[in-house]
Amino acid sequence: MAKLAEEGNADMTKTGELLLKVQGVHKTFGDRQVLKGIDLQVERGEVIVILGPSGCGKSTLLRCLNGLEPVQGGHILYRGQDLAGGDVNWRELRQHIGMVFQNYELFPHMTVLENILLGPLKVQRRERAEAQQQAQELLGRVGLADRAGDYPRQLSGGQKQRIAIVRALCMNPDIILFDEVTASLDPEMVREVLDVILGLAKQGMTMIIVTHEMGFAKSVGDRIVFMDQGTVCEVAPPEQFFTSPATERAQHFLNIFEYNKL
Amino acid sequence: MNLDWEFIMESLPLYGDAMWLTVKLALIAIVLSLVLGLVFSLVLFYKVKGLRSIILAYIELSRNTPLLVQLFFLYYGLPKVGIHMSEFQCAVAGMTFLGGSYMTEAFRSGIEAVGRTQLESGLSIGLSRVQLARYVILPQALAISIPSLGANAIFLLKETSIVGAIALMDLMNVAKDLIGMHYKTAESLLLLVLAYLILVLPLSLLLTWVERKVRHAEFGN
Repeated sequence: MAKLAEEGNADMTKTGELLLKVQGVHKTFGDRQVLKGIDLQVERGEVIVILGPSGCGKSTLLRCLNGLEPVQGGHILYRGQDLAGGDVNWRELRQHIGMVFQNYELFPHMTVLENILLGPLKVQRRERAEAQQQAQELLGRVGLADRAGDYPRQLSGGQKQRIAIVRALCMNPDIILFDEVTASLDPEMVREVLDVILGLAKQGMTMIIVTHEMGFAKSVGDRIVFMDQGTVCEVAPPEQFFTSPATERAQHFLNIFEYNKL
Repeated sequence: MNLDWEFIMESLPLYGDAMWLTVKLALIAIVLSLVLGLVFSLVLFYKVKGLRSIILAYIELSRNTPLLVQLFFLYYGLPKVGIHMSEFQCAVAGMTFLGGSYMTEAFRSGIEAVGRTQLESGLSIGLSRVQLARYVILPQALAISIPSLGANAIFLLKETSIVGAIALMDLMNVAKDLIGMHYKTAESLLLLVLAYLILVLPLSLLLTWVERKVRHAEFGN
């Protein structure tokens, strides 16, 4: 498995800086082993897409990467620092490792702008004028420049999710984790969110994306990580993964999304 | 029925004094209960070791004993161990002891209604635990808790009617006194009901208004 990961990594020609290195990560909930020794490497500028059946541990892995779940074994090295150890300053780290959630999780009592600026102003203690300028610029980039004063309840699901992405972006993170960010959206809104993520990929944003959108995975991912039952089964470039998956489990998984053979 | 208007006019100052006492007592007890409730609910939320079980025990004790018993304990019991308080102080302490637990539960239900994922969302942008409470949890929890906090405030205001038991001249006690001395039952009780209405109705209306305000700013993520 580790070998597959190495191979997947070998043909990457991004900046080459190793941003995140996951080594033998174990996670248990009570007696249940959810992650059974995960290995993964992410270079700066890379887009990793994690695929796998429900309950395979992909969301849990993401949550471990920014400390929402403690791990019970292994190492998570972020620029050399081990996040799996005891005394980690998650407050500091989460400014560098952003996350976007399935259900947006905007703060409902704050306007769009307040949502975006909370982190920059209260956590990063930046100048309001400067942070606000960046927020407006980012809002413009996702096509919501005129919604800064609105409350989340006034927005559609797709708009909320775009705001959530801006909120993560405005912290200027090194890496953003996307946890099934289109899973709660009506089909016609999926595209507007995916387009934003595609745009980020083009600008070289480092991202780890958990998704069930196969077409999107294919076009955005530099590498596909296929997980099943708490392990990484396969790591491959998308062309290779979608045309000739190496493992039987991946083949089986992909068949589920294939309707031609019915 | 004929009412003795002269008696009523003469009694008004007594009722006025008693209303003022009731207001003072209720106000202090409500404010202290709110402070206690907020602090305790946050301790419960942060699962502070040690303190947590003490607070849970306090809530059970406070909610499962009558206020009258609590007042007697404070008024007659504590002096035996050398703690002396005035009647008014006893009443404030007793009502805060009672109100604190109700307010804690009201705050707690509000805090618990704020989804776990909201907390994670706040954590994910690097908020500290204190910032999380201040900017994310409490603003939402308060809006949810306001109806029950308000109901508790009215409950406490009405509960003041019991402090006559430790010799405070509150509304209830004044009415009982007047009935005992002058046998003017109808007049005394009428004044009593009116006095409570004058106190409780505005508070009740104010709370309805606040609730509507908060609803107006209703969320719906």
